[in-house]
Amino acid sequence: MNDVLDVALRLLIVFAVFMLVPLVVGQAEHKVMAHMQGRLGPMYAGGFHGWAQLAADGVKFVQKEDIVPAQADRRVFQLAPAVALLPYLLVLVAIPIGPGEGAVGQVVDAGIFFVLAVMGVGVLGSLMAGWASANKFSLLGGLRTAAQLLAYELPMLLAAASVAMAAGTVSLPGILNAFEWWWLPWQIVGALVFFVAGLAELQRPPFDMPVADSEIIFGAYTEYTGLRFALFLLAEYAGIVVLCGLTTVLFLGGWHGPLGADGLGWVWTLLKTAVLAFVVIWLRVSYPRLREDQLQKLAWTVLIPLALAQIALTGIVKVAIN
Amino acid sequence: MRSVPESTVLASEYFESYSVVGLLAVVGVLFVAVAFGAGRLLRPVVPTPEKLLTYECGVDPVGEGWAHTQVRYYVYAFLYVIFAVDSIFLFPWATVFAAPGYGATTLVEMFIFLGFLAVGLLYAWKKGVLEWA
Repeated sequence: MNDVLDVALRLLIVFAVFMLVPLVVGQAEHKVMAHMQGRLGPMYAGGFHGWAQLAADGVKFVQKEDIVPAQADRRVFQLAPAVALLPYLLVLVAIPIGPGEGAVGQVVDAGIFFVLAVMGVGVLGSLMAGWASANKFSLLGGLRTAAQLLAYELPMLLAAASVAMAAGTVSLPGILNAFEWWWLPWQIVGALVFFVAGLAELQRPPFDMPVADSEIIFGAYTEYTGLRFALFLLAEYAGIVVLCGLTTVLFLGGWHGPLGADGLGWVWTLLKTAVLAFVVIWLRVSYPRLREDQLQKLAWTVLIPLALAQIALTGIVKVAIN
Repeated sequence: MRSVPESTVLASEYFESYSVVGLLAVVGVLFVAVAFGAGRLLRPVVPTPEKLLTYECGVDPVGEGWAHTQVRYYVYAFLYVIFAVDSIFLFPWATVFAAPGYGATTLVEMFIFLGFLAVGLLYAWKKGVLEWA
């Protein structure tokens, strides 16, 4: 009976994190962007600095009419938001925020493998939406998404493989158990490659050409309204949480910190994740959008060679210290 | 009943952790179903032909929705598939390459592997494949 309760509690917590933390990131984006641009951002909803703005947005989205264009491929069109969203929920269960079994949804033995594979499914939602909408802008957005996929997936895999080599395991808690502070400079190139590739996966600026609002309306999501559109947005912010959490766990030492008692490891994880999420928002405000071919060029002539060099470095150092 | 060595992990135990993942997937599907169901009850449904028209900046759509377009990156797709399949093999190798008894030999093997990838990439670069056609 206790097992059942335990599992239920874990699922509940993972689900609550999945529902709440992306909203916190979203609200932070409203506020951080606004202040960086000399504005205030939402100030009304909820009273205190517009903290309830996203809740109000959610209420609005739920009440909006759900339009499926007459030309669209109805079932695929309706399912696409769920396909885009749910992989990030599944990834969250495997990310450890502290040491021990109690601080991770579920220890998945093939952690890195599982996480990268499941994250790769999310992009299918955008492709489904782009094709099923039967809209020229959506189709262009979908094609750009597909092109982007070819650019970011490989550097991401290679950078993650470098960490697996360093730790000698593919389990996420196992990697953190093996972590030493000097991994930080050792794996820094891999960390940058992973993070940049992750931004491209999330279609966040400067890699937001699949949704480029000034060129192709909103890419694959052009025809969506109401709840389904909201789920796509939620998927983007859940993606930020997952990417920043994974970068923290793989490259920044997760629950390890310069100080703090053993029980406070999760604070470090959350702090590092929050700082990375801030960087994601900061980059959106700071950089112009790349063209799709510029991303391909960046990926194949910079990111992949860098990732291969990181693997070589990791291999040499690892064998040398053994 | 045969005895099992202690270090052996049974497949059923190994996949036990994935049952929680599976349950979470069920929770996720339920969430989406409930959200869509609740949305159906809460939102108005007043379709008109204009609303259901494909959006094309407010003017009547021209031609078919699934328009012809040139896919400019299919060579990248080939490259990607080749490289991705290669790099998957890195993960099982990564867990053992520094284990006792491997060491320098595996390292040389790694450089041969990386060499293959690098030569492939350089070849593609030289051929001008890494340009947007």
